[in-house]
Amino acid sequence: MAMLHTVNKSPFERNSLNSCLSKSKEGSTILLIEDAVVGALKGTKVAEQMAAAIANKNVCVLGSDLNTRGFAETDILDGIKIVDYAGFVDMVAEHSNVQSWL
Amino acid sequence: MSDGIKKFMFVNTKAPYGTVYALESLEVVLISAAFDQDVSLVFCDDGVFQIMDKQNTEASGMKNFSNAYKALGDYDINKLYVEKESLEERGLTLDSLMDLTYEDEDDDWAEKPSINLVSRAELADLMDQQDVVISS
Amino acid sequence: MKFTLLINEGPYQHQASDTAYQFAKAAIEKGHEIYRVFFYNDGVNNATRLAVPPQDDRNITERWAELAKEHELDMVVCIAAAQRRGMLDADEAGRQGKDADNIHPAFRISGLGQLVEGGIQADRLLTFGD
Repeated sequence: MAMLHTVNKSPFERNSLNSCLSKSKEGSTILLIEDAVVGALKGTKVAEQMAAAIANKNVCVLGSDLNTRGFAETDILDGIKIVDYAGFVDMVAEHSNVQSWL
Repeated sequence: MSDGIKKFMFVNTKAPYGTVYALESLEVVLISAAFDQDVSLVFCDDGVFQIMDKQNTEASGMKNFSNAYKALGDYDINKLYVEKESLEERGLTLDSLMDLTYEDEDDDWAEKPSINLVSRAELADLMDQQDVVISS
Repeated sequence: MKFTLLINEGPYQHQASDTAYQFAKAAIEKGHEIYRVFFYNDGVNNATRLAVPPQDDRNITERWAELAKEHELDMVVCIAAAQRRGMLDADEAGRQGKDADNIHPAFRISGLGQLVEGGIQADRLLTFGD
């Protein structure tokens, strides 16, 4: 079973998304929550880096945190899956362990 | 699984003093020693600053807790992983860090280094093998 | 599956406690068990019984207390982190010679060993912090 990584800070403020991307293995899952959801948006300076991550990792975003901040499904990069809290719970259960990148 | 030994990894990513995370994370690590689990520590990103040698808090009035890292060996916590790339990005080498050691009971109590320098890729592999990862 | 949740930030200042709450609720709804919720670092402040948030806002402490009552959650506040930050229950206030206590009865104070034990006993330990 692969590992689940969560990130909760904007890549424009902190290095945690970058840190997570560089220390997560192929086939692992990355879930963007809280302020990190902006890392999923199209047209940002990290979009290219995210596209590279999507190619070999499962990248997901917590939909409620996206909506809370005024963004919709259409604003995010192709290949990023939107999940709700129930989906978050499933992901934790389905992966071998979880690391929160703080 | 609940009766066996679990692999606990404490991942330190933040600098000491500016926030309390380094100090309070170390307190958890020391407590974890009493539970006979397989405990390891990681210092990556700004976490490498936590084990800088020659920390001097005299004038800042902060509590200097750096000596507690030196006690880890006495608690049988001797798997400390420092990320090579994090050191390099910050212009540091292993010489900048405290000399952290433990006495190996299987080798006539020979003093051995607790710090293992690992690459980012090796670190990713190590994290993947854990049961519990606690980061701060 | 059994989950232990670690909450490292106080209420309102960070979203960590809110996310943990929503996660706990969703996990329970899906039939999972929350083995323990452990409050550490500034997270101990979630246990104050004296907060008075505006009426149009959520009451984070009460919300946890209600969830705990409904599902018999074990909500543990780290004693060392709590003492540092002036969070005391009645027993501890008496022991320390303080004239007031502020911990909500839905929470209990205990040592850091409860966090490690939570990590051992649960299938997953999940951290919510900053």
